[in-house]
Amino acid sequence: MLTMILKRLLLAIPSLIGVVIVTFLLTRALPGDPAAYFAGPAADKAAIEQIRVKLGFDKPLIVQFFDYVGDLARGDLGNSLTTGQPVAAEIRARLPASAELTLLGLIVSVLIAVPLGIMAATRPGSWIDHFCRVLTTAGVSLPVFFTGLILVYVFYYQLGWSPAPLGRIDVFATTPPSVTGFYLIDSIIARDFGMFRASFNQLILPAMTLAIFSLAPIARMTRASMLAVLSSDFVRTARASGLKPSTVIVTYAFRNAMLPVVTTLGMVFSFLLGANVLVEKVFAWPGIGSFAVEALISSDFAPVQGFVLTMAVMYVALNLLIDVFYGIIDPRVRMEG
Amino acid sequence: MRDITVTGVRPVTGLLATLQHTRYVLAENPVTAFAFGLFVLIVVTAIFGPHLVPIDPLQSDTAQALKPPSARHWFGTDQLGRDIFSRVIVATRLDFGIAIASVALVFAMGGLAGVAAGFFGGWTDRIVGRISDTIMAFPLFVLAMGIVAALGNTVTNIVIATAIVNFPLYARVARSEANVRREAGFVQAARLSGNGEFRILLTQILPNIMPIMVVQMSLTMGYAILNAAGLSFIGLGVRPPQAEWGIMVAEGAAFIVSGEWWIALFPGLALMIAVFCFNLLGDGLRDIVDPQRRT
Amino acid sequence: MTETMPLLDVRDLTVEFATRRGVVKAIEHVDISVGKGETLAIVGESGSGKSVTSFAVMRILDRAGRIAQGAIQFTSIDVATASEDEMRDLRGREISMIFQNPRAALNPIRKVGRQIEDVLLEHVQAEPGNVKEKAIEILRKVRIARPEERYHAYPFELSGGMCQRIVIALALACRPQLLIADEPTTGLDVTTQKTVMELIVELTREQGMSTILITHDLGLAATYCSRVVVMEKGRVVETAKSDTIFKAPSHAYTRKLMRATPRPGVTLRDLLPEGEATPVLAPQPVDTTTPFLVVENLVKEYPRQGVTKTMAQFFKREPATDSQAFRAVDGISFSLARGSSLGLVGESGCGKSTTSMMINRLTDTTSGSIMFDGEDIAEIPAKQFAKLPLRRRIQMVFQDPTDSLNPRFTAARAIADPILRLGDLDGKDAVRARCEELARLVGLPLEFLDRFPHQLSGGQKARVGIARAIALNPELVILDEPTAALDVSVQAVVLNLLQDLKAALGMSYLFVSHDLEVVRLLCDHVIVMRNGRIVEEGATSRVLNAPEAEYTRELLSAIPHPPV
Repeated sequence: MLTMILKRLLLAIPSLIGVVIVTFLLTRALPGDPAAYFAGPAADKAAIEQIRVKLGFDKPLIVQFFDYVGDLARGDLGNSLTTGQPVAAEIRARLPASAELTLLGLIVSVLIAVPLGIMAATRPGSWIDHFCRVLTTAGVSLPVFFTGLILVYVFYYQLGWSPAPLGRIDVFATTPPSVTGFYLIDSIIARDFGMFRASFNQLILPAMTLAIFSLAPIARMTRASMLAVLSSDFVRTARASGLKPSTVIVTYAFRNAMLPVVTTLGMVFSFLLGANVLVEKVFAWPGIGSFAVEALISSDFAPVQGFVLTMAVMYVALNLLIDVFYGIIDPRVRMEG
Repeated sequence: MRDITVTGVRPVTGLLATLQHTRYVLAENPVTAFAFGLFVLIVVTAIFGPHLVPIDPLQSDTAQALKPPSARHWFGTDQLGRDIFSRVIVATRLDFGIAIASVALVFAMGGLAGVAAGFFGGWTDRIVGRISDTIMAFPLFVLAMGIVAALGNTVTNIVIATAIVNFPLYARVARSEANVRREAGFVQAARLSGNGEFRILLTQILPNIMPIMVVQMSLTMGYAILNAAGLSFIGLGVRPPQAEWGIMVAEGAAFIVSGEWWIALFPGLALMIAVFCFNLLGDGLRDIVDPQRRT
Repeated sequence: MTETMPLLDVRDLTVEFATRRGVVKAIEHVDISVGKGETLAIVGESGSGKSVTSFAVMRILDRAGRIAQGAIQFTSIDVATASEDEMRDLRGREISMIFQNPRAALNPIRKVGRQIEDVLLEHVQAEPGNVKEKAIEILRKVRIARPEERYHAYPFELSGGMCQRIVIALALACRPQLLIADEPTTGLDVTTQKTVMELIVELTREQGMSTILITHDLGLAATYCSRVVVMEKGRVVETAKSDTIFKAPSHAYTRKLMRATPRPGVTLRDLLPEGEATPVLAPQPVDTTTPFLVVENLVKEYPRQGVTKTMAQFFKREPATDSQAFRAVDGISFSLARGSSLGLVGESGCGKSTTSMMINRLTDTTSGSIMFDGEDIAEIPAKQFAKLPLRRRIQMVFQDPTDSLNPRFTAARAIADPILRLGDLDGKDAVRARCEELARLVGLPLEFLDRFPHQLSGGQKARVGIARAIALNPELVILDEPTAALDVSVQAVVLNLLQDLKAALGMSYLFVSHDLEVVRLLCDHVIVMRNGRIVEEGATSRVLNAPEAEYTRELLSAIPHPPV
């Protein structure tokens, strides 16, 4: 087991190297003069030259690359032009907001999608199967920012059930003392249940938007792999041995069917982290996505680069986690180590 | 011999046979037929849309700003008094064009690279695999954002970015399809018949992979449109006042909280219908090409 | 036989499947009865409905299938109308089933011991306290060595034969009254087949169980069962005792099936249906004095899995000895005279296919020489060989007729491919004429030439493959299990065709097969291989009638021989 985890860790190293190279190249591939780009539109010639030397753009590319890697190793992602703050600190401060949103969205969607997919697969042709089909096809067709806007219109403007889509918490409220950075958890730690309610109300719409978005691929995969497993030889053997339907479905079919679903989670995460940017813009969510979008609009490249790198590193880590989880379910992978 | 008709991989000779086969397939799958009809509609709109619209999509009229749908303005007007119906129709060409261009680009790049990787193996395979893995190490939309931000904020770069992030999907499908056929009996037989490796790739491998790649194209069309619209929603690529669905939804977003729903709704719906159409069409085509993988 | 009430009595059974093209009857009016302690075989070719019959008895048909008519009486229970709860009690406890492809029949991610426990607990044959002991005891009973250890094994850690024992253990765990074995040994090697069948017979006899053996192999059926039911196209055509069915088959289909089964003491012509055999052709005179194909010290090594190895070396976990290359073919030498046919036999993994792939120059050799008509072709890299004139002279017929035809080429296009690449015919018409000539030669009706592979039957596809192989008048044809994927009656026709072509065209054959009975009919000489080496070689009649090597004897004795 430990060997397997070590092996996966080793396999993640080339991915990380690739990520660093690509983000480096992205900066250097900026059209025209990167120094002018970093200096911003308002800079004059002297200021640009100063930036060039400061950022080391006058050195050979390979030296620049090692400088870049060195900076990364020290946790230095450069400074934002608009705020003048270090990008790393800014991202660290905003990351919990994004993480809380993404994780809640994922949890909700798994909790709905997996049972739905199983029910659809065990009753093919029933209304729940058709419902699942429609939902999954419609789900992948919905632009995530559009879903968010519809939810805002219905639940905020029409019904008035939700607070205004403006951030993690009411502008007049104070934030809970930060322990995890997740308001839901922090407010429970602080035993402030009014705060919990308030932040939950803010969170629920954007999280639902993400959930609707990621529901489709998970439900679709669950249904497909469950159908495949249910028609497999070993399920037939289990049935022919007179095992209870619940044993057949849970012990024999479900665990096997989860294997491709766990693999799909990697792809779902990729979509979720991307969709997160759009949802944060719709709900003015103060996460790293909206940070990047603001920077994009003002042509402030350092935050964008820091954001891309952070997202990629998180994604590599998530995939690692998925691999390990897969190994726990599947002895074939575990023993390979 | 149900397979004769269902698999549909039978190459048909002549135009008439092609038409007959298409008609048969569409009659068997009403949902696919519906999607196909929608597809034709989208193509027609993309080609002729700008000539058909009643009102100039760029003409603003502040007196008519923020009017709900009416007989004159079917989809209402936006904050500058422009006709949303005309803008939605005209935008079809741009959105569809971006999707087609990026899919064609990635089909050429990823498809060929993947087939070569799967068929020749060795170094080709390792290099293509490494490139795919590196792209896959990023959340795709985030990478697309980074690429557009770096290359410059233009429509061309949106096309390139969308193609790049889709590269691994195509390369992987093409690779695995080519790889399983590399040692297939009919390929070995072709070697015995005196065919060189390159000729085998062209005459034996490629024609057999084509149907699967076409399905892949149709399935990723929807994603390409969503990706491009998402990028312009956050302010990349297309600039106002040009009509594009993503940016129109973005413009309408500010008015949702005050109840002017139509500005965002109609372009959003157009986007949704287009993506829905491509997904249905892709699923339908896949069922025809590969009945086993029907879900 | 029918002293009192039979254990299982199937009367007038009809099973329908709802398909996209309407309702299809899989079996019709089937009558079968099995007495207490009796062993019954259901024999038929693919599509005869033999498996559907057994699924109906267990009531585990797919969702689309249903029992449309008839009664299935098991002791006092009517299976056709029993409730699902009653059926569940019956399955595994009273009636058990063994499936083909044992590895797929087991849950891949659950320990095999736990899978046996599931069945024991379900049918209250054990308490949670003693269930592990019971499971291990059952493992011991099916002759699994070190059962305490194997209890913790996953299916992928066990061999095919071992997995089948686990499946048998599952089936017999609750001492049922009836065991249904559906092709239990298909895909297993012949020696493994023998041990598995003997285990089934012994255990069922010990427990006084009845057995239904479902198989396509008439020999297997007659060897292990007292009574045989023959099915064709969803109907029972004959039911008889197995000692009489070979001597006096009453139904025409049984006769055809029986005749087509390769067995000692017959010729290839005897396999064909009565009255269909044409006279045997006299072979073309060929020069047999000069050596034609001489293989010396042929070796093929494969590196062990690359990534794992480097990883292992990285961690310095594995000792270096294990990273040695695996020898698929380990220094074999033999020769083949012009105009003769040589059989290369052995069980899976013995290196026979690798050998044939090296000789036909699709795989590079590691070392050794292949002298073909005086030239060492082992020195020519496989990649270059395709375009040499030599390519014309060595051709091949593949194992799977479907896989070996490009789905997008018509039969004519497939046959024409070697002519277009390597032949010297000019013009469309000349090529077409040659294709038609070849089609006539292999007995493929000309109207099939313009069809695609999926529009042809297995036998027709095999003919296309053969026509393609002989299109350039090759001198050496390698036949890689050319009939393994075919039904036995089609096999009989194809084998005869191959023999006639060889005589007419003066070709030499290298025939790769696992089936000694087929080799006996087609080959003059035979080589028996095991673990990449030659165990025994010689004239076919000598090797098969008076084997010298222990392994050859083992192989021969494992072939099920019906009591004649």
